[in-house]
Amino acid sequence: MSDGASTGTAGGPLLEVTDLVKHFPIKSGLLVDREVDQVRAVDGISFYVNKGETLGLVGESGSGKSTACRAVLQLLKPTSGSVKFEGREIAGLSRRELRPLRREMQMIFQDPYASLNPRKRIGQIVGDQLKIQKVASGKELRTQVEGLLERVGLSPEHYNRFPHEFSGGQRQRIGIARALALGPKLVFCDEPVSALDVSIQAQIVNLLDDLQDEMGLTYVFVAHDIGVVRHISDRIAVMNHGKIVETGDADQVCEHPRDDYTKKLLAAVPIPDPRESRARRERTTAG
Amino acid sequence: MPPESENPGTEAPIPIGTGALDADLGIGPDGAGVVEAAPGEAGPGGGPWAVAWRRLRRNKVALFSLAVFLLIVICCLLAPVWANQVAHTGPNTTHTLEKLHVGGEVREVVEPSGKAIGPQWFEAGGKFFLGADGHLGRDEMVRLLYGGRSSLFIGIVAALITTILAVTFALLAGYYGGWPDTIISRAMDVIWAFPVVLLGISLGIVLAVGGLVIGPIHLKSSSLWIPTLIIGVVYTPYMARPLRGEILALREKEFIEAAIAQGASGFRIMFVELLPNLLSTIIVFFTLNIANNMLLEAVLSYLGAGVQPPSSSWGTMISEGFQALYSQPILTIIPGTAILLTVLSVNVFGDGLRDALDPKSKVRFEARAGTAAEMDNPI
Repeated sequence: MSDGASTGTAGGPLLEVTDLVKHFPIKSGLLVDREVDQVRAVDGISFYVNKGETLGLVGESGSGKSTACRAVLQLLKPTSGSVKFEGREIAGLSRRELRPLRREMQMIFQDPYASLNPRKRIGQIVGDQLKIQKVASGKELRTQVEGLLERVGLSPEHYNRFPHEFSGGQRQRIGIARALALGPKLVFCDEPVSALDVSIQAQIVNLLDDLQDEMGLTYVFVAHDIGVVRHISDRIAVMNHGKIVETGDADQVCEHPRDDYTKKLLAAVPIPDPRESRARRERTTAG
Repeated sequence: MPPESENPGTEAPIPIGTGALDADLGIGPDGAGVVEAAPGEAGPGGGPWAVAWRRLRRNKVALFSLAVFLLIVICCLLAPVWANQVAHTGPNTTHTLEKLHVGGEVREVVEPSGKAIGPQWFEAGGKFFLGADGHLGRDEMVRLLYGGRSSLFIGIVAALITTILAVTFALLAGYYGGWPDTIISRAMDVIWAFPVVLLGISLGIVLAVGGLVIGPIHLKSSSLWIPTLIIGVVYTPYMARPLRGEILALREKEFIEAAIAQGASGFRIMFVELLPNLLSTIIVFFTLNIANNMLLEAVLSYLGAGVQPPSSSWGTMISEGFQALYSQPILTIIPGTAILLTVLSVNVFGDGLRDALDPKSKVRFEARAGTAAEMDNPI
């Protein structure tokens, strides 16, 4: 880590993760399951996120990015390590104890086709959190949800529709509205654009950008495409095989990568100009 | 899938585009409302239930089966009307030594040889419409209608019991996993391991002899509830196991994670997130279960472990008629036909429901209809 925690903010970072480990046991056995091996999905990672900034988390598929997100959010129980949100330890809290914290931390999911319950209407999907956290109900809930839908670029008329009536981009907007329903402080974006068409990707990224300015959000933006991450992030952490191999300023990581894996990721970013692309390929093989 | 977008800056909405398109262009919601406000069910898309209903409506065979089944149910419900107004007798009333005046002719209900009177249709004003049942001389038609009530009651109520038990067990096992899953699944396996009929007979004989006493509830051995409970329990694993499997698959979906991330309780996830996704499977299982239950009831009653005499059910009627199979085969054929018609109509309707509700069978349905491009294409 090149830069120290809590630069420029009072009272420490919004989120501080220390030595987070998530191992999945591989069990086998005839009558009693024995643990024969484990998958080290997240193998001791540490990072922090300051208020108002965007941390990009990049790495290839299977490098543990999504698992890291879920372990931080306590959707998966971490094997060990500490997760501090606003200075408070949240690892190991019970579901009930976590409930008030759910208002502060939300997640936007990767697959807009799997992340919306096909049997629920849009209004219910977006408004459920208001109900669960007992913030609003009845008419007031509907007004709030309609406001949210407008804010993410949908129409209030969509309130009574079902998810299958929407395109991928629109579905992702619904997912965003759901995550932002209670004005969270920290939002994990788990590859929010990787399942979408390129033209839609830009719209969603821009929407997330606008909402960040409007609502003062802090993002942890997960993606496998370092190009997208660079565009949106202030700082970048590169993950490989469950470990963070490099962190730093977005520009610094992309211009002067120190780790070999980061260099490979950067080399994999497609370049529209074939001449430039060839030149870079020669540079990387020479270096 | 249509292309997501023709030009950058607008998303192509699949349904009648109202908001998103205009909002992206910066027109805002006020402009959007002008286009077409079609909230919810009114749109051609509609909810999953609307889509299923449209698909079912085109399946004429299934609708005809439903009509047949409903007709049978209505007839059986009207059994007391037939008994009091037309036949003037009860289902268990014997007419052994009585004589019937048909026109100028006098016929014995039961001949000295033991042979009962055959179908009289409307010759005697509706009395002994289908004849009498053997040496006791009971009105076959009245017994058939009352027996249908028992058979349908057992079929439907046992299906309800099976559904409630299976859904509860499947939700607990599938959602919690771990030891609740182990206990429930093993218990289901134990019931599963017995052949259905064998288990039904064993339970039926034990309970038909002694009745059933659970705390304050005391069921007499002749109670209809005993075969109902037996059949309901015996079929539970056959419904619980596939449902549990479906829950295991659903539980891994991201929308469940999203619900947890919102702070939803386990109860809420089971009943608000999971259950609506299981409903179509449950409805199909429930329907087909009614047919299976009625068949099992017939088998158990035939073997004397189901509905107890003198009460009638279609199973007991077959059993009684069987004693006179050579002299009066009609006494077996009548209740047999009733079971056949009911079970067939329920099964065909259940099959149609499955086609309409199960998205996976949609392809099959389209192939059969011979039209590649369906009118409604939900995705």
